[in-house]
Amino acid sequence: MNIREPTALAGAKERGSAAQFEERYLAFRRRKLIYNALFWGGFIACVIAAGITAKFDVFTLLKGLPRTTEFLVKMVPPITLSTFAADIGEWYWGIDKWLNSLLNTLLMAYLATVLGTIVGGALSFLAARNLAPNFLTYWAMRRTLEIARTVPDIVWALLFVMAFGIGPLPGVLAITVHTIGAQGKLFAEVNENVSPLPLDGIRAAGGNWLHEIRYGVIPQVMPNYMSYTFWRIELNVRSATIVGFVGAGGIGHDLFTSIQLLYFADAGAILLIVVVTIMLIDMLSEKFRHSAIGKASFSH
Amino acid sequence: MLRIEGLTKAFDDLVAVDKVSFEVPKGQMVGIIGRSGAGKSTLLRMINRLTDATSGRILCDDVFDGEVDVCGLKGRRVREWRARCAMVFQQFNLIPRLQVMTNVLMGRISYHATLPALLMMFPAKDRALTIRALQRLDMVSHAMHRADELSGGQQQRVAIARALVQEPKILLADEPIASLDLRNATIVMDALRRINKEDGITVICNLHLLQTAKDYCDRIIAMRKGAIVFDGPPSELSDALAREIYGSDKGGDDDVELAFTATSAPTDFARSATRSGAD
Repeated sequence: MNIREPTALAGAKERGSAAQFEERYLAFRRRKLIYNALFWGGFIACVIAAGITAKFDVFTLLKGLPRTTEFLVKMVPPITLSTFAADIGEWYWGIDKWLNSLLNTLLMAYLATVLGTIVGGALSFLAARNLAPNFLTYWAMRRTLEIARTVPDIVWALLFVMAFGIGPLPGVLAITVHTIGAQGKLFAEVNENVSPLPLDGIRAAGGNWLHEIRYGVIPQVMPNYMSYTFWRIELNVRSATIVGFVGAGGIGHDLFTSIQLLYFADAGAILLIVVVTIMLIDMLSEKFRHSAIGKASFSH
Repeated sequence: MLRIEGLTKAFDDLVAVDKVSFEVPKGQMVGIIGRSGAGKSTLLRMINRLTDATSGRILCDDVFDGEVDVCGLKGRRVREWRARCAMVFQQFNLIPRLQVMTNVLMGRISYHATLPALLMMFPAKDRALTIRALQRLDMVSHAMHRADELSGGQQQRVAIARALVQEPKILLADEPIASLDLRNATIVMDALRRINKEDGITVICNLHLLQTAKDYCDRIIAMRKGAIVFDGPPSELSDALAREIYGSDKGGDDDVELAFTATSAPTDFARSATRSGAD
């Protein structure tokens, strides 16, 4: 809005229009204030309602808070400086087994990311409004990806464990299905933002739909795809740990067993391994992601 | 010979091209002029089949056996037609992140099966064609550069090279110099004229500037509100008629001065080419 300040020299007419403007401006402010009050009032009411429904009670929270540290303390065995190496060695008695499980988990995450990205990426072209051959395909593909994505991967894992038995295979399948849904949707959104000009150029030269995708779309979207895929690896390492809880192998399985048997020191040792691993992957993938967006040099 | 008969394109509440008919003999260079919104782009896109016509026919006898109505083509035949009726765009429409070489090779895409083309397996003959096309447009030294590293004029020359390797019978150019400065506009128009003369390729070029059309084309077709209002050699297009073509619908003539200002300096080459083409 362009507001012109009334000056002292302004004539009667200008003063009149300034007053008129002032009146309208104040009315606008009043209206805006009411809308804001309504919005924030509604927002706060929702928060309170949610808190009540979830039985969120500050006193229970304060009472329970010390007990969480109690649990954490139990997860770390007594370690003294004089016998430091021996203490750590004893705490990590199962390191060989756990590292092996960790490797399993990482491989599950890696395989699921690769498979899910390839399939999800291929489907993303059908789920992009500007590229889908017709509306029906677009609509059906969007819904399919939604189902793959919104069902939590732990539910997929339970389903596949029942079908294929305990082991890494159901874990890989579960994470793959979730990844297809997630990557398909994210990639489709990227696809919808491509410039249509190169596509027109390829069509005008006699290219078909696949040529348009391969040469018109993929070079434009590749940096974003790379970035999303590195991010997905991070998420999938976490998922691969969790699905181990329901029998899909890997380090999650070890963690779940030790918690169930009340071996808290073991659980602490495993948890620390997982946290450090995920931090390392975070750092690495962030580096890769930035170089993927930054240099973005995938030309042929 | 390209014959357009009663070609019409109607959008929901607008007739962009209204029963347009004309014939273009092989090897002619035609300039289509008119205000923006006159239907020039839609006409060209219909000829290339990027846009489907509402009604009318596009007949051509030197791409397929005998005379074929292009509007009735389907599937693979449409893509063959598009290759033989190449198109150059105002915004160049190259793939920005790919090399110049790859961009030009795209012109060969319709000559191969889908799979090898997807894997970028083009035969050596195609690469030779590509290099020769780039040579003609003085762009060989940029063959390994990415398209988005080039200036607008250089990108348009790459786009023309892509059109050339399609081995077209007809070359359509939709406002090829509207995004370029004077010097580059001259280079690009010279290139189109040279291709027209040397290869005998029919060129149909949308231009918003009358002077450019007069300098380079054998024939001018003027459009207004989707219909043809003039069709003949540049010498017959009087200033009075030109004012009418460019005059705004409301009676003002802002566009007229613009259209009469030459933003492309015709070279001796263009002048001589036009003269020899006119006799």
